[in-house]
Amino acid sequence: MDTTVTSKSSRFGLASILGLWLPLIVIVLWALVALTASFLPLAPDQIALEHILLPPGSELWLGADDLGRSLAERTLAGAQTSFIVALWVVLVSAVAGTAIGTFSGYLGGRWDLLVVRIIDIFLAFPGILLAIALAGILGPGIENVVIALSVVGWVGYARLARAQVLSLKHREHVQAAIALGAGPGRIVFRHLLPLLMAPLIVEASFGIAGIVIAEAGLSFLGLGVQPPEASWGSMIRDGARYLLVAPHMVLVPGVALMLVVLSVNLLGDRLRDKLDVRNRKR
Amino acid sequence: MPLLISRLASAAVVIFGVLVLVFLLIHLVPGDPVEVMLGESAQAADREALRQSLGLDQPLLSQFITYLGNIAQFDLGTSLHSKRPISDILLERLPATLELALAALLVAVLVAFPLGVMAAVKKDSAWDHGAMAVSLLGVSIPNFLMGPILILVFAVWLGWFPVSGRDGLASLVLPAITLGTAMAAILSRMVRATLLEVLGEDYIRTARAKGLGPGAVIWRHALRNALLPVITLLGLQLGALLAGAVITEAVFSWPGIGQLVIEAIQRRDYPVVQACVLLISVTYVLVNTLTDMAYGWFDPRIRMGGAG
Repeated sequence: MDTTVTSKSSRFGLASILGLWLPLIVIVLWALVALTASFLPLAPDQIALEHILLPPGSELWLGADDLGRSLAERTLAGAQTSFIVALWVVLVSAVAGTAIGTFSGYLGGRWDLLVVRIIDIFLAFPGILLAIALAGILGPGIENVVIALSVVGWVGYARLARAQVLSLKHREHVQAAIALGAGPGRIVFRHLLPLLMAPLIVEASFGIAGIVIAEAGLSFLGLGVQPPEASWGSMIRDGARYLLVAPHMVLVPGVALMLVVLSVNLLGDRLRDKLDVRNRKR
Repeated sequence: MPLLISRLASAAVVIFGVLVLVFLLIHLVPGDPVEVMLGESAQAADREALRQSLGLDQPLLSQFITYLGNIAQFDLGTSLHSKRPISDILLERLPATLELALAALLVAVLVAFPLGVMAAVKKDSAWDHGAMAVSLLGVSIPNFLMGPILILVFAVWLGWFPVSGRDGLASLVLPAITLGTAMAAILSRMVRATLLEVLGEDYIRTARAKGLGPGAVIWRHALRNALLPVITLLGLQLGALLAGAVITEAVFSWPGIGQLVIEAIQRRDYPVVQACVLLISVTYVLVNTLTDMAYGWFDPRIRMGGAG
């Protein structure tokens, strides 16, 4: 715990501002916008012919798109889309993956072998490819995006949880619990999961960055949310057609996306360092 | 030798699993796949004909056995859109994707090695922090954003390269940079990390003690041993490269497998989607198995350990 009391000046130094406070502010804003967007007086789908391709300026702060819709309002609506997708996908894939990985590693034997094979098969589909195929076949819509990304996402958590459990289950405290007659459920929930939390949280924090990019990627390909609903990915796709005359159509959602992804990655780095330090001290 | 066989066997199991999943993809189509593919206006007779030719009227297991039999003869079915054999279409599109992937790989290696070596040698300096900041930026910028920005600056404003399409070497530059950036970012971190590890070893101290200059130590002794983990990462990252090619090809209208996937999805030409996913995944598995084996071959420690 003494790591937190290191020189106070460095906590608000340039490195801390860039690496911790700014990203934190971006993430909090992202979450706030996502949670409140439905109650704000926003009209992201409002078409205004007189505003078509309007550049950023006094009339509309961030300009308008090819249908005259306010880019600022659409970017806020896009924040909501990406946040909801990220939240659901992390929740579903982390819970499912951790459950599968933990029990597979703990029970061992034939079940474990089967789970390892299944994990290997899912890992054989590179990156977002399986999600692209799934989203393409299931059809557009936010639910299908969540399904497609969760089907791909659980594997990472399962692999991590399994590896951790394999190394943890021979620890003395687990052996002692078994000797005292604790059942597998009690051992998993009381003696294994609490120790698994730190690496899983780090994995989830980087996972969020991946999901935000993946959701925008699917929407960019036209496989994400249905128009006119806003997603940063579909906004970039629409903007790519008007690069010459209205580059702000790509840049506005692009900057929003990058800010969120960069912030999540920076905080993930911090979190990993912090949690590693604690592990080493144990 | 036993190691070789066990690697090949597990690759075979994985490929079989991939075949099962890809086969099942078409059964995930909401509702009746035939109706979705042909549209609502199709004649009942046409529907039945397609259902029969795809074998969808058969029980699932016999469908799968037929599917496996066809794949074994490199028969991937017929495109619903162009009515041509899918294997022909894939062969047509493959060179463009390979060209793009190799060019992106080249970009990644050319950027990552100097960046990673510089960061490792000047550890904790401004150079190191700068290189790692660039790398963080590189992983955080998705290729569907990188692509349009590069097009805006280098094609629209400066006019150095074409906006899209595949026509000569100039048209390859922007797609290759777009696709190679994320890999360059990950690779440079890896080069830095492995090089730092190697630089702490005894034989490096020996090399320095006998009076070798810093350049010779890095290039002749350290980098050579730091290379192995980097090669494995290259193999693993090739998958991300192939998947990223789908989006990059869509951005630049690059006529490869990736663009084919998207076109096929839009036209509901699901047999083509299945074939593309199968091709990319099997390629990925094979490349990984090969890098795995090459790794064991090049590093005697692993070769001995694995066989014993």
